[in-house]
Amino acid sequence: MMLYIVIGFLWVSLLIYLLMGGADFGAGILELFARETNKSQVRKTSYQAIGPIWEANHMWVIIAIVILFVGFPDVYTTVSTYLHIPLVVMLMGIIARGTAFAFRNYDAVKDRMQNIYNRIYVYSSFITPLFLGIIAGSAVSRKIDTQGTNFLDVYVYDWYNWFSVAVGFFTVCLCGFLAAIYLIGEVKEIDTKAYYIRKAKIMNTALTVWIIIIFWSAHQDNIPLTTWLFGNWISLATISCSVPAFVLLWVAVYKDKVPLMRSLAGAMIMMLLIAVTYSHYPNIVLFKDGGHLSLIQQEGPDKTITSLGIALLVGSLLILPSLFYLIYSFGKRRVE
Amino acid sequence: MNDFMAARSQMALSLGFHIVFSCIGMVMPFFMAVAHFLWLRTGNVNYKNVAKAWSKGVAIFFATGAVSGTVLSFELGLLWPTFMKHAGPIFGMPFSLEGTAFFIEAIALGFFLYGWDKFNRWFHWVTGVVVGVSGIVSGILVVAANSWMNSPSGFDYVNGQYINIDPIKAMFNRGWFSQSLHMTIAAFAATGFAVAGIHALMILRKTNVGFHATSFKIAAIFGVVAALLQPVSGDISAKFVARTQPAKLAAMEAHFNTEKNAALIIGGVPDVKNKQVNYAVKLPGMLSFMIHGTTDSTVKGLDKIPVQNQPPVSVTHYAFQIMVALGMLMMGVGLLYLFAIFKKRDWLTKAWFLKIFVAATPLGFLAVEAGWTVTEVGRQPWIIQGVMRTADAVTPMPGIAYSFYLFTAVYFTLALAVIFLLNRQIKMVPVLYDVEPAKPAHA
Repeated sequence: MMLYIVIGFLWVSLLIYLLMGGADFGAGILELFARETNKSQVRKTSYQAIGPIWEANHMWVIIAIVILFVGFPDVYTTVSTYLHIPLVVMLMGIIARGTAFAFRNYDAVKDRMQNIYNRIYVYSSFITPLFLGIIAGSAVSRKIDTQGTNFLDVYVYDWYNWFSVAVGFFTVCLCGFLAAIYLIGEVKEIDTKAYYIRKAKIMNTALTVWIIIIFWSAHQDNIPLTTWLFGNWISLATISCSVPAFVLLWVAVYKDKVPLMRSLAGAMIMMLLIAVTYSHYPNIVLFKDGGHLSLIQQEGPDKTITSLGIALLVGSLLILPSLFYLIYSFGKRRVE
Repeated sequence: MNDFMAARSQMALSLGFHIVFSCIGMVMPFFMAVAHFLWLRTGNVNYKNVAKAWSKGVAIFFATGAVSGTVLSFELGLLWPTFMKHAGPIFGMPFSLEGTAFFIEAIALGFFLYGWDKFNRWFHWVTGVVVGVSGIVSGILVVAANSWMNSPSGFDYVNGQYINIDPIKAMFNRGWFSQSLHMTIAAFAATGFAVAGIHALMILRKTNVGFHATSFKIAAIFGVVAALLQPVSGDISAKFVARTQPAKLAAMEAHFNTEKNAALIIGGVPDVKNKQVNYAVKLPGMLSFMIHGTTDSTVKGLDKIPVQNQPPVSVTHYAFQIMVALGMLMMGVGLLYLFAIFKKRDWLTKAWFLKIFVAATPLGFLAVEAGWTVTEVGRQPWIIQGVMRTADAVTPMPGIAYSFYLFTAVYFTLALAVIFLLNRQIKMVPVLYDVEPAKPAHA
């Protein structure tokens, strides 16, 4: 029982990281692709929208990592070993982004240094989710080669393949899309609203393109993506539900129903995550030789899982109310 | 550089930087909360300015501490997968609790930094205190995990298998209290002296004296009290190390031969080949006394430890000597400060007195780095004392040297950036914080 609670927490932290951290990355991505004249507008809105909850958004990835290394050490160490290179790139992104965001907001002097912080921030906002997606894609790409003998097979082609890279770019677009949807609700002026709606459309198109590329690359790399997504009832149901949700989302955008569009965007991401994780659950890492690591076979010792589960339950009792209060109070103050 | 040395260097580098960022991020909220409290109680706007200025420092250090901590949580797997595979489920408990503490800290920081004039004043103040308290809690938990590596417990190691795992026992391993106590006090001493030193310099330069004198006083008191308490926790730690890691103690003391009435060796140059220490001051019987309470008790020397299980003696010995010497210096400055407060108030504004504090700025952090060198190098060749060798834990991935160069470049850039930013914070004090001149706090 405790094992399922722990798995639940792992999944939920991934979901929230994708949603909140994702919108956060996306704000940087929008800034990267914004025209020079619009950059400061995006900067201002995203700072207001995510400043107070910025640090908290990034805690979810730490929670997920801790759950993995305490509860599922084989998964953690396998991924760390074979995906060492993309993980290092992602870490560089995390360092650059976190510090650049803090520096640009807290530097006492606002001068040309801001350009440097901004540049570091926007590029790392792109690179971090790109490699995050690459890592996620690689885990299930069946390219992780534990039997390989040369460096490229074992440490590079694990992640440097069509499918993983396509998932990486898809993640980038997803973050951009989430941010645009989120920021529509953060601004009042019609012009700025229209600006973010336009951005959401562009990201939406990009998302569609990358979905096609992902299917094509899955075919190239012999990954049974179609079977995964349409071969079981749960994935099929969530995929089918996300289509009307998507249509409704755009209706909500044009009717300017902020809570509705946010909930629908969140629900879509949730359904997407259910579809892609359920299809090979409880397996979480798939190897080239057909082997896999499973959350139910590779779990840590019973006592560890029990105490981890209790720690997570108690922790969430402390964290969730204060986090909601934080989001609520700053959200309310902006509206006032 | 081979992969093993590169992995160790990268880990040492990451820890070395993280520890500075996180100590400041953990302690400065308390300075800030005290200033904030004084403002709420007295209405003196000078205190509010100090609290606000420090909160910017807290934000910068929290961000750098958080990212460098995130990096470490990945590096454990990137560099030491074999270690994490076995140790993760055993010593992971403090990390899972630390996740909560750190999360609370991040949330409280959000309230504090963005909550000026938006919430009830006392609620706002409490969020600042919560930042500090949860920071301390996470620090203690992380150090408890490290102390498990020094005094592993909560499992049985039988025929290469790790069985009967009990994560709670592992968390409350024998060393958690002494090591966490020593580290927490060290963080207060180091940050207190560093912050006080910077403000002392600004008072000497006669810029915004009122603002800096207030800041100086708060930071100095924290640093001084911690520096005076530290020898007690140091003594507890040393006795603990002697019990659980005789090899580390022997290396710290460069104590080559097991003997009764063992001398405390101060300074000196260890000659590992001839098993002796040259140019050292030796206090006969003192080591035996400090460890066991009597001068004629036996202290285990390096001769009782197989060569392949001995830590690098010179590095451990020098690091230990440096730590103790710096600790003593800080204690001396602390005593001087107390003397000035109670007997010679006029010293407090004297240039020579402030100069002592300016000179003491880096001492605490140098001592922290030296102390960590003792802890980590002194444990070698073990990653889990007596159970797993560091060399057996390293990643099979080749080319770690490049990763080490990359991280070195990143961390040094980051350190320079932080120094650059702090310098600008201080330069902008007259514009941003010290809007109305207040009278010096010590006057």
